[in-house]
Amino acid sequence: MRHLVSVLVEDHPRVLTRITSLFARRGFNIESLAVGKTHVPGLSRISIVVLGDDRTIEQVEKQLNKLIEVIKVTDHSEPHVERELALVKVRTEGVEERLQIKEIVEAFRARAIDVGPKSAIYEVTGTPYKIEGFIEGLEPYGVLEVMRTGAVAMSRGENILRPRMKKEAV
Amino acid sequence: MVLRKGGLMNGAEAILEALEREGVRHIFGVPGGANMPIYDAMYTREGIEHILTRHEQGAAHAAEGYAISSGRTGVVFATSGPGALNLVTGLADAMMDSVPLVAITGQVSRSAVGTDAFQEADVTGVTMPITKHNYLVQDVNDIPRIIKEAFIIASTGRPGPVLIDVPKDVQFEEFSGSFDVAPQLPGYQPTTKGHPRQIQKALAALKEARRPVLMVGGGAHDASQALLKLIETTGIPVITTLKGLGAVPATHPQVVGMPGMHGTVAANLAVQQADLILAIGLRFDDRITGNLEKFAPNVRTVIHVDIDPAEIGKVVEASIPIVGDAAWVAEKLAQGAEPLELEEWWAQIRAWQEANPLPQPRGELLSSIEVVQAFWEATGGEAYVTTGVGQHQMFAALYWKTKRPRGFITSGGLGTMGYGLPASVGVQVAHPGELVLNFDGDGSLQMTVQELATLVRYNLPVKVLLLNNGYLGMVRQWQDLFNEKRYAEVHLEESNPNFARLAEAFGMKGVVVENKEQLPQAVDEILEHPGPVLADFRVHNEEGVFPMIPAGGSAEDIITQHPEEAN
Repeated sequence: MRHLVSVLVEDHPRVLTRITSLFARRGFNIESLAVGKTHVPGLSRISIVVLGDDRTIEQVEKQLNKLIEVIKVTDHSEPHVERELALVKVRTEGVEERLQIKEIVEAFRARAIDVGPKSAIYEVTGTPYKIEGFIEGLEPYGVLEVMRTGAVAMSRGENILRPRMKKEAV
Repeated sequence: MVLRKGGLMNGAEAILEALEREGVRHIFGVPGGANMPIYDAMYTREGIEHILTRHEQGAAHAAEGYAISSGRTGVVFATSGPGALNLVTGLADAMMDSVPLVAITGQVSRSAVGTDAFQEADVTGVTMPITKHNYLVQDVNDIPRIIKEAFIIASTGRPGPVLIDVPKDVQFEEFSGSFDVAPQLPGYQPTTKGHPRQIQKALAALKEARRPVLMVGGGAHDASQALLKLIETTGIPVITTLKGLGAVPATHPQVVGMPGMHGTVAANLAVQQADLILAIGLRFDDRITGNLEKFAPNVRTVIHVDIDPAEIGKVVEASIPIVGDAAWVAEKLAQGAEPLELEEWWAQIRAWQEANPLPQPRGELLSSIEVVQAFWEATGGEAYVTTGVGQHQMFAALYWKTKRPRGFITSGGLGTMGYGLPASVGVQVAHPGELVLNFDGDGSLQMTVQELATLVRYNLPVKVLLLNNGYLGMVRQWQDLFNEKRYAEVHLEESNPNFARLAEAFGMKGVVVENKEQLPQAVDEILEHPGPVLADFRVHNEEGVFPMIPAGGSAEDIITQHPEEAN
């Protein structure tokens, strides 16, 4: 089963290595991984898509929590939003093809961000499922390159991934 | 505090100052190019005693022995590259057995890091999976904070090793920071207090149980007093794992024995038939569970108490998980516990015990069993015991009835041959007035035999009791039982040194004991000698350790004696 795990970490050298090496040595499968800074200086946030049963995910969370520089871990099983961004370079040689591609691009609310004589780059945002649909749709015209960011996620509402306050009710 | 010219301190001195402020009194280590400034700073400094081992692995295991036997954090020094890499086995061992260590390694200067410099190795990279945490010091003024954090991380929660890699130029650099610093560990908040509701649930489940067992592991040694109260109130049978030996004295009538591959029949059957397992401070290692599918099939309630939430549910599903410190939780359980009605259960366990006593020495040849027994009788069990890994380790675990918490120091999780001798160094340093016995094997001992020199140099009166069977004995036993006696590469006898003369060459007393008749007198001679002794017991070459549950088996598959003897 696919799980989306968000991890709040201290922005230290090698923290990403600690996480990926943990996944490697414990045999957890990463489908995608995205990292970025947060609005709080010194804190970064990682979104990991993990494949595994509930017991595996429980271990993933617990083992991640054991890393000293990991501040908080959440498995987005609660209501959340999920997005991924992809850049897709497609062959755009004939006029007919261009028109057809334009239709697909509009349907997926993607947009052209670079147009050349023989190819164009499109940007698409959405769930990984939507991105896969977009790429499949373009396949017949010749997909030349794909770069996906990996899924990022956030819980809805008041569920906030932030450092535990000291002496918070246990 | 010794200040340098002009009243300033350098990084190396700051390290020692910070260690002293942590209460460190002993350090085990070896100097080299990249940690020379630290040793130079130590040269004129008093307050910390350094024990020079002959190999960094020896330093790491000595620090482990020191830490396990005393409860204090062990400290190790090593230089960069090969020095630090020699610590790797010891760090991995400490990680597996949750031993609090702080290792401080020299690293090449910051400008040389990443250039394949002389004696450079990516030590923080290499040790990442075998330390609880590690640091590469980039700023000399971070030293006090990092050392403070390292001791907190190593010694709290589930203890473990922490490594601090310090580039040589950082050691030389002028220190202008403060020692009055707060740790910055926002992500580190171990839970020590078990949830009261879970404790109530556990107590309620205990009351309902008809065939409960209490299993105690290496995390339970500091809970010893509370555990005694708990077991004496409830009357519950106690099973102590290899790492838990002594957490409840093995001489206590409620202790049924050790579980697992070389555990007693009664202990294994008790776990197998139990309807409730109360596990405190253990992690259901595969050497304990054997075939998981068949492990404890009658259990209805597993109460798993551990300070590391990741251990709960990792192997055996816990119906009542309690995350917390063993001593704290055991105390609460003891306070709420009531006497249980276990007459039937005890009758069953006593019947198993009577029907399946541990094998006793037989035949003409000197038995490892009787050597262990002879020392136990002679000392009344009043000693710290260390071991290597192999048959002798299991003989010691089964026949040395460990009476004190932290009294049996052995490599459990990693199974590190060569552990015993260096560990005994650390135990003796931590307990100068106590008797320390290192039961060792001829295979194990030779993996770290250079540390005899450390015993001699510091006049540590450890008694090295070598159960010399001329084989890599545990492998031979497996080959005997499972490979039709195809003894591939396990013969040591023809090429073993004369161990007594080897000891003498190191400058310590060497003794050879060749048969049963010599044993009683030898025991006295060894124990009466004031300094270190190596005693070479020429034991029965093909004596096996029984009981044994073959790998992947369960309690039903237990073998209580060699099949050839059974006929």
